[in-house]
Amino acid sequence: MVCATWSGGANDGGQLFAFQESVGGTVNSTLLEIRNLSVHFESRRGKVQALRDLSLKIGPEETLGIAGESGSGKSTLAYAIMRYLSANGRITKGEILFMGESLLDKDQNELRKIRGNRIAMVYQDPKSSLNPSKRIGHQIAEVFQIHQSFSRKEAWDRALGLLSLVNIPDPAFHAEKYPHQLSGGMQQRVVIAMALSCGPNLLIMDEPTTGLDVTTQARIIELIGDLKRRAKASILYITHDLSVIAQVSDRVGILYAGELVEVGVAEQVFHSPIHPYTVGLLAALPRIEVEKQFKPIRGKLPDLTNIPSNCIFSPRCDHGDETCTNQSAQLQEVEEDHFVKCLRSKEAFTSQASEAQSLPFRKGNPSGQPMLVTDHLKKYYSETNYIGKWLGFPIPEVKAVDDVSFHIRQGEVFALVGESGCGKTTLGRVITRLLKPTAGKVSFYKRRPSGQEIFGTDEFRRSVQIVFQHPDSSLNPMKKIGTIIERPLKLLGFSRPERSKNARELLELVKLDPAYLERYPKHLSGGEKQRVAIARAFASDPEFIVFDEPVSALDVSIQASIITLLMELRASRDLSFLFISHDLSLVRHIADRIGVMYLGKLCELGPVGKIFQHPYHPYTRALLSSIPVPDPSISREAIRLEGSVPSPRNPPLGCCFHTRCPDKLGQICEETSSPLILVDEDHWVACHISLEELQKATISGRIEIK
Amino acid sequence: MSERKFPPSVTKSHYLFIQNPALVIGSSILAFIILVSLVGPVISRHATTEQHILKRLQGPSLTYLFGTDQYGRDLLSRTLLGGRTSLILGLGAVALGLVLGIPIGLITGYFKGRTDEIVMRFMDILLSFPSLLMALLIITALGASLSHAILAIGIANCPGIARIVRSATLSVRNEEFVFAAEARGESHFYIMASEIFPNILPPTIIEGTIRIGFAMLIGASLSFLGLGVQPPHADWGLMIRDSREYLFLSPWPLICPGIALAVTIIGFNLFGDGLRDMVGGSE
Amino acid sequence: MAPYILNRVLSIFFVLIAVSFIIFFATHILPGSAASLILGEHATKESLRTLEHEMGLDKPFYVQYLNWVKGIVSGHWGDSLVMKQPVVSIIKLRVKNSAFLAVFSLATLVLIGIPLGTLAALRQKGKLGLAIMTGSYIGISIPEFVTGILLVLLFAGPWTHLLPTGGYREFSQGISAWLKHLILPSATLTLILLAHVVRQTRSGVIEVLKSNYVRTARLKGANESRVILRHTLRNGLLPTITVLAMDLGYLMGSIVIVEEVFAYPGMGRLIIYAITNRDIPLLEMAVLIIAAIYTVSNFIADMLYMYLDPRIRYR
Repeated sequence: MVCATWSGGANDGGQLFAFQESVGGTVNSTLLEIRNLSVHFESRRGKVQALRDLSLKIGPEETLGIAGESGSGKSTLAYAIMRYLSANGRITKGEILFMGESLLDKDQNELRKIRGNRIAMVYQDPKSSLNPSKRIGHQIAEVFQIHQSFSRKEAWDRALGLLSLVNIPDPAFHAEKYPHQLSGGMQQRVVIAMALSCGPNLLIMDEPTTGLDVTTQARIIELIGDLKRRAKASILYITHDLSVIAQVSDRVGILYAGELVEVGVAEQVFHSPIHPYTVGLLAALPRIEVEKQFKPIRGKLPDLTNIPSNCIFSPRCDHGDETCTNQSAQLQEVEEDHFVKCLRSKEAFTSQASEAQSLPFRKGNPSGQPMLVTDHLKKYYSETNYIGKWLGFPIPEVKAVDDVSFHIRQGEVFALVGESGCGKTTLGRVITRLLKPTAGKVSFYKRRPSGQEIFGTDEFRRSVQIVFQHPDSSLNPMKKIGTIIERPLKLLGFSRPERSKNARELLELVKLDPAYLERYPKHLSGGEKQRVAIARAFASDPEFIVFDEPVSALDVSIQASIITLLMELRASRDLSFLFISHDLSLVRHIADRIGVMYLGKLCELGPVGKIFQHPYHPYTRALLSSIPVPDPSISREAIRLEGSVPSPRNPPLGCCFHTRCPDKLGQICEETSSPLILVDEDHWVACHISLEELQKATISGRIEIK
Repeated sequence: MSERKFPPSVTKSHYLFIQNPALVIGSSILAFIILVSLVGPVISRHATTEQHILKRLQGPSLTYLFGTDQYGRDLLSRTLLGGRTSLILGLGAVALGLVLGIPIGLITGYFKGRTDEIVMRFMDILLSFPSLLMALLIITALGASLSHAILAIGIANCPGIARIVRSATLSVRNEEFVFAAEARGESHFYIMASEIFPNILPPTIIEGTIRIGFAMLIGASLSFLGLGVQPPHADWGLMIRDSREYLFLSPWPLICPGIALAVTIIGFNLFGDGLRDMVGGSE
Repeated sequence: MAPYILNRVLSIFFVLIAVSFIIFFATHILPGSAASLILGEHATKESLRTLEHEMGLDKPFYVQYLNWVKGIVSGHWGDSLVMKQPVVSIIKLRVKNSAFLAVFSLATLVLIGIPLGTLAALRQKGKLGLAIMTGSYIGISIPEFVTGILLVLLFAGPWTHLLPTGGYREFSQGISAWLKHLILPSATLTLILLAHVVRQTRSGVIEVLKSNYVRTARLKGANESRVILRHTLRNGLLPTITVLAMDLGYLMGSIVIVEEVFAYPGMGRLIIYAITNRDIPLLEMAVLIIAAIYTVSNFIADMLYMYLDPRIRYR
């Protein structure tokens, strides 16, 4: 096989890849075919059956999206195709045919000719996937040197061309840089450029945008779509994010615990899902365009070392019957090009899914009284370099929170949103007194008995609690669950029997079996650990709880159950929540009011309905437009933000957003930052643009709320 | 709630050897050495101080299994007794290093800031002396004896252990359960002792175990130089020092303690490495 | 970056001052003054006091310390109490001799140790890797004096007489003699350090082999030699610089033992001699010189590391 030649100059907009037909073989209608593939890993606990009897096909110039939660085996699939499983992985059964030839029969030399050339890969973490000691230009040029005999100069020139292909400005400048000098989005573009160098037939993308900000993600997705058309490559796109898959894929496959349970044309799978898992997954997803209560999927992922002989999803399935507990299903064609692996697929229980609860969540019950108030709050960090300071060198200050004033009301769910580095986590920690503010004030007014301001007192610590993001990190692995929950009770002065009783009640509150009190955190799943963290927070009977990205580290199906639990608890005890998150779709459903942060400042603040229907601040508009929707028939154009987020060590003068603002006015934006201005009832925006202009601005493909 | 099976935490014993040979071999060696050092001198047939000038510098025989030294003393019993001293030296020095190093590492890692800077600078200064030189310096200051040797090696080990403990503390300190404890208003002492300490213990113990071997090595070196354990204590380093004079007449006074020392150190190193693999694997 | 470098340079300065203080403290803490050493056991109290006054030994501690420091800076390093010579000339000679050993050793470490360690990492699962690892395991566990004496037994003993048992010959007395006296001590010194370098290099290279960017290189289609030469080595060997710097410190400790075993007239032997004879002026300077060399070499290693690691060099 010959590597495709790359013709045309950089950015000529025309035909960039002249594809050569493979020599000595016909390009048949299937580019990649996998038949009955089974992969397992040897581990201490036994054989982990990561993939079982998997079959799928990818045609030329087609994008197949594979969606799956953790443990579904999606990464295993990617590396199995590349024949790069880890040392304890084995392909035990099946066939992988690429352009008609079996990949499993090839030896290492032949595989090397294919890797990077015919099949290329894009990885999840671009930072660690690039060699830190090599300039990125060289890393791209290397692909040419491996597969073709270009001279160094030629290879370098082509690398420059590829850099402009992936929209990296000033290629010659950036090609000399090292990976750590580029932002995450740019690093991923470099990886994509490397993958495209030889014009591969198949691109495997393993969670390429996970770990990138929403706005960056939108641009990468746009890039992929663009390149797809020009490069005429097929793409195997693997991710857990259903919304992203809906936007990029022609066909979609749903992976559950190592089995492909549904596969078909994207529209069909999303609009009329048949397999109960797919149905459940879509029902559990918070949708930004539809307001409804999202339903969790009950139960947990199965243990992959112990695969039952019946349908693997049946323990969690609401539509199962006797046959499901006795047999396992095969992938069957239910409609044209729509395959489902379910024993009861012919029956129409999809009707139950479409009766999607159109009831919104019972949200907060704000009474208007402020409960938590911040006043010109600032939190700055400076690096300690005593000798440097002494010598008079300027020490950079990181302005994590820069003059933030807002308040949260009794009974309200207030969401603080923003991308990474905006300061929302720091703000949450200053509010709960984990960090001391550099300037400004926080006040907290206790609800019951009434009204006293108690920030900083012991009483405050009881009334205000915080739940963190990472379930693995929020519980001390050396302590039993019982000890963890009883500790706050002990501090409150309860006696031993009282503590024991209360601990059980707390576990019941979060719907966990009291037997868990004797277990250690490592025996619990992520969702269960978060429940324990919530139970711990409720031990002191708080009035106000800060949630710092509580479900971001969990699978979608579990997220829904935790969120449902939280909202129930909120309603039954009439609590107030500060919900910190980067997930706007989620926040839309549970929050009363939202604050949008960027580089330590609040840009927009207001009721959730207003902000989603008509955001004013250019950043909010860009943010909302970047959110992908899990509906293949809706395509949205994201407002493009140029450049990347400036480092908080060196924030721009004036308005923090002006370096990237598509609606920048001019000098005024560079010199002064705008305070929050009231633009509508209870709706504030920090922007110099006049009210009339703001009201006229729209986000394209605006989300219509049904 | 569906029934959850908890993963078994102990591997089957015959897999253990294949997966972690270091641990198995190391612990066997150690068990043997410790047992023999404790029990040996008590049951040996010859007293360690019995001198039979006529029987000096003999090779191994049925009466004297390891041979005799230049005073006609039984090498086997002397080696066993020397083992005791060397073990006490190694274990004592590392214990001292841990007792000093753990609090320093915990406190500097937890509080950071000014204290951290100053104390760690001081540790760096101590570390700018090679270990043996540090120990020699302390012996110079205090004089040579077994207890001073333990003190010297312990102090020489302290900065290294403090560093390890500090870096482990730094990483645990940023775990969310520590923040949760702070949010509860727990005292600093409670957080360090109850939240952080149990989590830094595994790497610290592993480090300590590996250091025992090196402590024994330095201890024996000090004795060899005449600056450690003093006669009439029996000690492997001393025995080797004494063996030089008559080296060409009989190599056994060198070989017996030499091999014993090497095997013991290998045992500790293997054991420590095996521990590290085991803990690393189960994470 | 500039403030960082400056910070480090100033650090060294402070460290050396602190080190000198510690040394001074340690050497002066025990009773038995220099004067009694000079005059001998039966000196009268009066003559002792006179001499002490002359030597400035009756002044307060910090004054003595400052005088000493002044002396160092101005090049007057005092006189050896026992050898009756200026300390400067003694140390100069000894440093030269020890330097020969050290250089031989380091050269071997770099030329043999690093390739061996890399080999052990690349052939991790094979017999060669296992053999190298076992060898290095044993190497780090056997004390230098045991190895040294064993080597003497084997090569300089009554059966072989290949090499001398110890001592030293000047270069001017013939290359062959000079070399012969260097071989055994160098070999002893090197063996234990070699084991250490092999282990550390191996684990550094293994770390890199597991990394994501090596995966990227392989999945680009690179063959193994390209993966190793262009991706692995550069990153995997960077930590070796740190290891070598640390080893220099260990070397200085080992050299004391090795020189003692082989009666080699270097800095190590000098220190032992000074300790046993309580020759304070000699001891102070000798230890200070060694600590200074170690500190400065660590600094050089740090700077080298900073230069070679693009993540630090280009912020």
